[in-house]
Amino acid sequence: MNYKTVLTVCPYCGCGCGMYLPVLDGQLGQPIPDKTHPLSEGRLCIKGWAASEHVVSPDRLTQPLVRTGDDLKQATWDEALDLVASRLMTLRDRHGPDSLAFLCSAKCTNEENYLLQKFARTTVGTNNVDHCARL
Amino acid sequence: MAGLVTAFGSGAMTNSVPEIEEADCILVTGSNTSENHPLIGARILRAQRKGAKLVVVDPRHIHLAQFADIYARSRPGTDVAWVNGLMHIILTEGWEDREFIAARTDGFERLKEKVAEYSPERVEAITGIKQGQLREIARLYAGAERASIVYAMGITQHTTGTDNVLSLANLAMLTGNVGKRGTGVNPLRGQNNVQGACDVGGLPNVFPGYQQVTDPKVREKFEQAWEIKPEFKGLPQEPGLTLVEMMNACAEGTLKSMFILAENPVLSDPDVNHVREALQNLKFLVVQDIFLTETAELADVVLPGSSFAERDGTVTSTDRSVQRMRKAVEPPGGALPDWEIICQVAKRCGGNGFEYDSPEEVFAEMAHLTPIYGGINYSRLENEWLRWPCSSPEDLGTEFLHHDQFAKGRGLFTAVEYREPVELPDEQYPFMLTTGRQIFHYHTGTMTRRSPSLAREVEQGFIELSPYDALQLGVQDGEKVTVASRRGVIEIKVKVTSTVSRGLVFIPFHFAESAANVLTHRALDPVAKIPEFKVCAVSVSRGPQPDVRCD
Repeated sequence: MNYKTVLTVCPYCGCGCGMYLPVLDGQLGQPIPDKTHPLSEGRLCIKGWAASEHVVSPDRLTQPLVRTGDDLKQATWDEALDLVASRLMTLRDRHGPDSLAFLCSAKCTNEENYLLQKFARTTVGTNNVDHCARL
Repeated sequence: MAGLVTAFGSGAMTNSVPEIEEADCILVTGSNTSENHPLIGARILRAQRKGAKLVVVDPRHIHLAQFADIYARSRPGTDVAWVNGLMHIILTEGWEDREFIAARTDGFERLKEKVAEYSPERVEAITGIKQGQLREIARLYAGAERASIVYAMGITQHTTGTDNVLSLANLAMLTGNVGKRGTGVNPLRGQNNVQGACDVGGLPNVFPGYQQVTDPKVREKFEQAWEIKPEFKGLPQEPGLTLVEMMNACAEGTLKSMFILAENPVLSDPDVNHVREALQNLKFLVVQDIFLTETAELADVVLPGSSFAERDGTVTSTDRSVQRMRKAVEPPGGALPDWEIICQVAKRCGGNGFEYDSPEEVFAEMAHLTPIYGGINYSRLENEWLRWPCSSPEDLGTEFLHHDQFAKGRGLFTAVEYREPVELPDEQYPFMLTTGRQIFHYHTGTMTRRSPSLAREVEQGFIELSPYDALQLGVQDGEKVTVASRRGVIEIKVKVTSTVSRGLVFIPFHFAESAANVLTHRALDPVAKIPEFKVCAVSVSRGPQPDVRCD
């Protein structure tokens, strides 16, 4: 039996409550509040207590999907990534960098958002970068 | 955010969350705190038990209102008027902090002239808040040694959103309630990394750390750091499009492609019928997410990312605390950590500088270029609690902003005139609709509706209708009604409740099958470009109405 707990941050609102995720033999359990956390002090709200549930949902996407006609069909990472790169760059070359736009995410990490805006600004060459801060 | 930047020089929460307990008076407005930021709501109630006075001003009688020392029901979209009214009373009574105004602010005389026009009588007529109540709120707020303002989207999601924030900033400066513990103007962020996504440049006008894209010196710094290829002739100089502007550009055909990272505009944006058409108009749409959201269903390519439990990184909470997220389990099947996917796409597009071994390496590069994060690194985050600005390894971070001086030097009062919401009820659409969240669900429901213990608490959407209006329409609790606006029509179950007053209805926007944002409109605040989710006009009729069409 292999058991560990990993300290992380609740994925829901901006409170930033601390929680430990228990993992038993690779299986994710329900969050445990962090008693020493300066913001949440050992508490969680009902969404926080349930924060592992969506992670193990059978609806999770596990493979890239590529559109053929009306359907989205499973594809390999190489197929999907090459398609994304070639289509983005073709449209950029044909219509200019500002014909592309990028939505960052308030659900992703600082590192991921930094990378996406860096990609948009340096590689594509557009400042069309925003996220749902206003929503 | 734009409002606080104008007034103070920084758009973030001025004070930290634990300081709320040190306040003597807490004014909560446009924030359903105990449902949407439950742990901050709990802290507000704890502060009240310690002796703080709690004032709630909101169009809905929200959960916190039950406990408030004063609850004032304001008409939606009238915030500038009642805040000007409070300042009118404070100045008439001489309760302002003259020393603070003289030493630390500009623009006071113009503000004084403007708020003189907002007598309690006039404010009552505009806002519905009784004169006596307004006076009592002014007395509690201005009389407190430390007064804190807490707000959220109920203040900002208006065509006057920036004006509303400027007004709250005026109120805080007028009474010297900025730059000391337990005070401030505190916007609560609705998602776990909204603050961070703004901080690291997820905005059209700024690079990481709010460094302007229009500033040549700033561009030069990033051009060097990012080793821009010579054929690019430097980084783009003009600010880009904001989200709602992007959707309009999609519809007009000027945008050809979008890359959407873990967002669901088909449910979250105003006037979603328009959003759907706009996205369908694109030549190529990429969505990276953990579920096949309503937006991903429209995509040409869907890239499977990782959940919060499956990756390393940092997030920045609403009070500027930078925290580590840590990987607990592997992503399912072929899903990958989002940072790896973005690097892969960038490299295949010929991008320079996307070779990273870990998020820690990305953070180090970012912190180096972002002065407010300059002193933060992963090893410090193991042992220290850091709130930005934290500019050097010796810097212990910043609990509250604007201590000795404002981020911009001197604080700026802005004389603000009340303006009506863009769309008010009329004969055809006699109800005022306001939207928001409720405790068991989150944003577009992508995660919470797939969480069995949350989904079973509230399985479907509902419209809050006052007992008076329910009686007038002849509808019972649980019955279906048809709700229409100029944008679209939905069918939804009724919840009869005195949370809303006569003429006002509320719909949470989590539910795709009865999506509130089919009804909302795209009118924007001219400065912050935030849509007016909180006020539009709708009609409500009993039962399914197959003939009801929007104009």
